[in-house]
Amino acid sequence: MYTKDGESYFVVDSHVHFWDASPANQANRYGKGFIECFYDYSRNLSPAEWVWPLEKFEKYSEADLLHDLFETGYVDKAIFQPTYLSDFYVNGFNTTEDDGAIAEKHPDKFIVNGAFDPRDGEAGLDRLDALAERWNLRGVKLYTAEWKGESKGWKLSDDWSYRYLERCERLGITNIHVHKGPTIYPLNRDAFDVADVDDVATAFPNLNFIVEHCGLPRLEDFCWIATQEPNVYGGLAVAMPFIHTRPRYFAQVIGELLYWLDENRLTFASDYAIWSPKWLVEAFVDFQIPEDMQSEYGVLTPDVKRKILGLNAAKLYDIEVPAQARARAEPVVSGEAVGSAPEVPA
Amino acid sequence: MTDRAAVWDALGTVRDPELDRPITDLGFVTEAVVTDEGAGGADVRVRLRLPTYFCAPNFAYLMVADAYDALRALGGVGDVQVRLEDHFAAEEINGGVAERAGFGGAFPGQATGELAELRRTFRRKAHTACLERVCRKLLATGLAAEDLAGLHIGDVPESAERTALVRRRAELGLPAGPDAPLVVGDDGAPVPVGGVAARLRFAMAVRVSIDGNAGWCGGLLRTRYGTPTEDAT
Repeated sequence: MYTKDGESYFVVDSHVHFWDASPANQANRYGKGFIECFYDYSRNLSPAEWVWPLEKFEKYSEADLLHDLFETGYVDKAIFQPTYLSDFYVNGFNTTEDDGAIAEKHPDKFIVNGAFDPRDGEAGLDRLDALAERWNLRGVKLYTAEWKGESKGWKLSDDWSYRYLERCERLGITNIHVHKGPTIYPLNRDAFDVADVDDVATAFPNLNFIVEHCGLPRLEDFCWIATQEPNVYGGLAVAMPFIHTRPRYFAQVIGELLYWLDENRLTFASDYAIWSPKWLVEAFVDFQIPEDMQSEYGVLTPDVKRKILGLNAAKLYDIEVPAQARARAEPVVSGEAVGSAPEVPA
Repeated sequence: MTDRAAVWDALGTVRDPELDRPITDLGFVTEAVVTDEGAGGADVRVRLRLPTYFCAPNFAYLMVADAYDALRALGGVGDVQVRLEDHFAAEEINGGVAERAGFGGAFPGQATGELAELRRTFRRKAHTACLERVCRKLLATGLAAEDLAGLHIGDVPESAERTALVRRRAELGLPAGPDAPLVVGDDGAPVPVGGVAARLRFAMAVRVSIDGNAGWCGGLLRTRYGTPTEDAT
């Protein structure tokens, strides 16, 4: 919980990792390149005091994780999003089991999400069943650009993906976190294209599709889809840290998202350990749309910030929110200025 | 006669399709060397770099291939070598371009076609963003969105924004002369008065996206390589 100026904010960090990218676990040059890419993301957008040495960034401890999220980071609940990258890392980059082992030691702190890969066919469906039972899954994190032998990725609209999503629906896995990356078959198409999200969001109205880093670098395509699909959400991992080095750009991203989606479908995330929640939460609560942009984008009220920082994710995962941190004002009804997003009932 | 300035100018015509800016401005050119003229003309060697190891391979290919083509088109050129470095698919891309194998040839089995459609998609986005920049300036003078519906390119005062818009429109093969309508859709058809505000609102999202990506990529390049190269300043 974070409190400032008499306002309390319940914080759900919707996207955290506990990875091992140490040289011992790197299977090849791709594993090395992947973590160095993450490291540059971190170094580029973090305040200087938050930049770790590469060795620590490659493999941090459980104590680091707990300290940075819960002791200093104001996080009330963190959602583990696994990223397997089995072709890049010997034991995987960050598996459900890695996350689950920590979560079981701190049951009130974490939610464990799983993952699936439709290229695993029937056997993968069985594994999804087992994973759901073992970890009581409410969500999965999908990385469509994951390499698998000759394959450089897959689409949510692939036939087998539909079968997995049907299984998710049956298993009560309602939150589908989608992460787009730079490769996908066929390589001549735009890998970041989010059109497949549109297809499955229409086909599975009972599932929620949380598009990580809100579709960046295809913000406009994401907004276009999300405004038409009420079950599409924007995860703010990667977008959040621009608040420090490029606050005017951050204002534009938040402004666009609020215009096209409204305030009920955006969820805060640090993408820890790329960035840390402490400075992100503090900066976001202090943040306001610059005056010269307010005629286009409006302002961020404490209630808007409360929803983004925790209440929206709490609703998706049925997390109980203490009374003092609930939204006070009446929900904003989406008017003409705000896309076509319907109001989400309380 | 090919000198270094001519090589640099040629590279300046190559744009990152996603960021809609010249690779020379983006700091993607690490080195451009022109060696002594042999019998066949001057040999040109260019090294390119990108903001991350995992930048999308299709965009990377387009930049390497476009650089190669731009240099080949110079008069008095012998051997041309363009090499992308520090990228996961550098070997495939460099080899494919050098052998003129096309994108499909560079990534056998991984692609279902060439990159023309991808390029066109991003030219449309670039055009949309340029349209928004022009219209934003007009709106700031007190015009209403509806007032823009009847305007033509020729009604827009000379400006960098107008020049950029006309160039993007010509690249798409759309009417770009003074009598061409200003506010058009991706297909060049004029947007009716009732649709102008919506067209410009979405165009704003496109412009924010492209500008934001350019800033992000520029920041990552600086983080990855430190200070810009001499050439890029």
